[in-house]
Amino acid sequence: MQLSMFFQHLANAISLGSLYSLVAIGYTMVYGILRLINFAHGDLLMLAAYIVYYARGMFHLPWPISIILAILLTAGTGILVERAAYRPLRDSPRTTILISAIGVSFLVENLGLVLFGGRPQPFPLPAVFDSGSAREIGGVRVENITFAIPVVTLVLLYVLLHIVHKTKTGMAMRAVARDFDTAGLMGVDVNRIVAITFAIGSALAAVGGIMWGMKFPQINPLMGMMPGMKCFIAAVFGGIGNIQGAVVGGFILGVAEIMIVAFLPSISGYRDAFAFVILIGTLLIRPTGLIGEKVAEKV
Amino acid sequence: MRKTKLVAIVLLLTLLLPLVQGCGPKAQTENGQGQEEPTPSEVHIGVYEPMTGASASGGQMTWEGIQLANEMHPEVLGLPVRLHLEDNKTDKTEAANAVTRLIDQKNVVAIIGSYGSSLSIAGGEVAKNKKIPVVGCSPTNPLVTQDNPYYFRVCFIDPFQGKVMAKYAYESLNAKTAVIIRNVQDDYAVGLANYFKEAFIQLTGNDKSVLAELEYNTGDQDFTAQLTQTASLAPDVVFAPGNYGDSALMIRQARTLKITAPFLGGDTWEAPEFIEIGKEDVEGATLSTHYSVQATGTDASREFVEAYKAKYGKDPNAFAALGYDAYLMILDAIKRANSIKPEDIRNALAETKDFKGVTGTITMDENRDANKSAVILQVKGGKFEYLTTVEPF
Amino acid sequence: MRLSRFLKRDLVILVLAAVVIAWANGDLEGLLGIPGWQSYGVRIINMCAINAILALSLNLVNGFTGQFSLGHAGFMALGAYTTALLTMDMAAKDRVFFMTPLVEPLRNLTLPFLPSLILAGLIAGLFSLVVGIPALRLRGDYLGIATLGFAEIIRLIIQNVRKVTNGALGLKGIPQVVNLWWTLGSAFICYLMLRNLINSSYGRALKSIRENETAAQAMGIDLFKHKLLSFFISSFWAGVGGGLLASLLTTIDPVQFKFHLTFQVLLMVVLGGMGSLSGSIIAAGIVTYLMEFLRIVEETHYWGSITIPGIPGLRMVIFSLALVLVVVWYPKGLMGDSELTAQGVKAFLGRFRKTLRLKGGRPV
Repeated sequence: MQLSMFFQHLANAISLGSLYSLVAIGYTMVYGILRLINFAHGDLLMLAAYIVYYARGMFHLPWPISIILAILLTAGTGILVERAAYRPLRDSPRTTILISAIGVSFLVENLGLVLFGGRPQPFPLPAVFDSGSAREIGGVRVENITFAIPVVTLVLLYVLLHIVHKTKTGMAMRAVARDFDTAGLMGVDVNRIVAITFAIGSALAAVGGIMWGMKFPQINPLMGMMPGMKCFIAAVFGGIGNIQGAVVGGFILGVAEIMIVAFLPSISGYRDAFAFVILIGTLLIRPTGLIGEKVAEKV
Repeated sequence: MRKTKLVAIVLLLTLLLPLVQGCGPKAQTENGQGQEEPTPSEVHIGVYEPMTGASASGGQMTWEGIQLANEMHPEVLGLPVRLHLEDNKTDKTEAANAVTRLIDQKNVVAIIGSYGSSLSIAGGEVAKNKKIPVVGCSPTNPLVTQDNPYYFRVCFIDPFQGKVMAKYAYESLNAKTAVIIRNVQDDYAVGLANYFKEAFIQLTGNDKSVLAELEYNTGDQDFTAQLTQTASLAPDVVFAPGNYGDSALMIRQARTLKITAPFLGGDTWEAPEFIEIGKEDVEGATLSTHYSVQATGTDASREFVEAYKAKYGKDPNAFAALGYDAYLMILDAIKRANSIKPEDIRNALAETKDFKGVTGTITMDENRDANKSAVILQVKGGKFEYLTTVEPF
Repeated sequence: MRLSRFLKRDLVILVLAAVVIAWANGDLEGLLGIPGWQSYGVRIINMCAINAILALSLNLVNGFTGQFSLGHAGFMALGAYTTALLTMDMAAKDRVFFMTPLVEPLRNLTLPFLPSLILAGLIAGLFSLVVGIPALRLRGDYLGIATLGFAEIIRLIIQNVRKVTNGALGLKGIPQVVNLWWTLGSAFICYLMLRNLINSSYGRALKSIRENETAAQAMGIDLFKHKLLSFFISSFWAGVGGGLLASLLTTIDPVQFKFHLTFQVLLMVVLGGMGSLSGSIIAAGIVTYLMEFLRIVEETHYWGSITIPGIPGLRMVIFSLALVLVVVWYPKGLMGDSELTAQGVKAFLGRFRKTLRLKGGRPV
């Protein structure tokens, strides 16, 4: 394959990887705090995309307001879901809360089908990302959005890490993730911290969803399902509960997905399977992921 | 032994539950023949389409046409016609259940549906057993009517559609090489791509004229890998049947990668969202379909177009037009049979000859498929423009 | 004396049940001229029975052994395709495999229904070993996702290996052998097998694994062997269920076996109570029935001249909502982990009657 083709693929791979990272962070944060795989996380992505779609299409709100509205509403939904479907089950066995998460995911998807209709809709694009806005660099044509995504991801990552490691709230979040009950006993308002974690994770998913819509401007109510699965796999691969791990996992998964199909196009029909193969491989060989730490099992 | 008894009771109870619901307002059927009482006051026609699920768009578009036809022609033989819509959720089990319910509970004498060949095959099996005729609007897989004397369709079938586009590519575009990018999860795309390939190889006389067959799954959004390979093969045309959302996205990405070859597709591209999603990038995309507003000029079709525009505020698409035709073809069969017994309707349908629908003149061939022409559309100036009509060959 | 009294009562009930089933199935038509029940109802019962098999088998792994498996749809797919490919005759296969011809030994092979069904279960079981041996080392959520992953991989393989499965084109013309006797009979056998398993020492071992794996291991129970066994049996019956489904629908394709199918079965297991066999059967019946009954909210209704339009898609919203509500407020489901017994029903009715009789509900 020519070098320029390779770089073409690489550019796309990094972009896709960043998207995965953004959403994977949300998964990993919630898992770190509640030991819960929030199946509904991927659907928040879809929700944000549709909010922007309606804000722009129906109400003609300017872009900044649409985006902020989507982020706020999605974060709100995340908090609501936590209060209604996860908090009452905090003392239940893990499988129960997992089932609840699956149920919420299906609920959001089906509500989306009823409210938004099943037809894929075009996602509105701001002029800077619209058709024909690609740049050419050394024989490689890259859309503007492909650049923007990793940049936004890195900025948000920096902000997030700052919050987690340099603020009191962040310290509380780390404490709750380390030991739920003791943190509560030490005076941390656990419920508030959980809500904040969900809000942040959902907000990141919202940004991911909006950028997803900009890169692949075709939205439908089921669009969050596969990306959600893959981002969860990325989080596990990188080390569940660990933010840096989620980012690394997301990038590697995105790059692997694109590169494998690029070099072996005959198996592109199995593309989605790669993610699952990576997952199973990770769980069997190194369950704590690339960056995770081993946790001894208490009897 | 106590538990065995309990289980028997439990199973019996589950048997009884549906009995309660089985006594619906019209259920006096024996053996599910769907026969009406001697003096019926209404004609019931069932419709099963995917109104939710992956093919919801197709089902909704078709339903719009059927509804319109019902509004414009609400009576036959002096009796009002009632439509009963059941959603099959783009699921085979649901399709079979929907048809069973329409026949047993709603006592329909004929059924219209479904968008999606695999759904039609599932529903058709039930209809065949219960001897109720079904008219499909847009399923193009030949297996739908094969071996099923109760299934008819008002559209052409994929072997023809594949040939149409191959012929267009070879004759009008002078294409000698092609790359096929198909949705490997969609039986429609797989079948159509196969027929295109056969026809194209035959026309070019070159076994290797199809340079590659690349694949993707429904819902995939990133096609750069397949497109990059396509770019390196530099074919004259790309044939990429699939649903409009995925295809529009694919063409956008292709243009970004500087692929200039024309993209060809099938009837699933015909939706306004194809252009809304694809924007300028899909200019020049060409597709075969059943109908074009600009193609036919008959009075009946003008009447249809105006009524559709008045009710829905946009131009009708092929699926609405096919739904409209299916409904009217059933009414025509009822009139010719002068009866609303399902068996008579079926026989009259089989004899349909030169029925003037808005999508063309429809005659049922020996497989109950419509022998009719295809229409080729091209995206020009942000709209579907009619290029030409291709007669059956 | 007591024993013969029980036996006679059970026998009478079984015979009654057999007569009812024979009537509904239409068997009495030729004999006595009594027409069978309308086929819509029969279809629902068939689906109830198949769903009962699926729910029971999933419950074995998720409810009784405490292993969270989400791979059911994959095994159903294997069973469905096996049954289909073995029961279709060569002509039917040639018609359907019009793109890529079917691979040779399968093409000529046609077996009667019963061996095909059993083979379906065995092949599903075989694959469950392939999946289980690596996957069952994982716990909790990870096992769930791993089994989900395997199910998707199985489905993708089925979709891509066209010369065996016809890929996305699916199979059509599967002979419809299935009727009430097959489905209800299979459901009954499945229930008996699982009940005997649960009440045996193996069953107790499985339940102890559910309660506390480390303690069970400390007591000398071979965790791996037991988990694998329960997984195998569960997948066997999932395969049988898939085979029955294929015969009922006469057509299958890979898209049917995506994750949402497992979700539906999971819904039944949770609703019925994870750990109750009769709960799974009842929940399967209720959910299957409701799926059809709730079509009412999706249909258009004509009352004289008024037309009330339906809202398509509302059914699934209601079901998803039901799952969340049940899991949050009644996590034990309908039956918890107890079974339906005559004493249980009498006790329940007794309590009910007592509350009705008291004034203001205060105990006397």
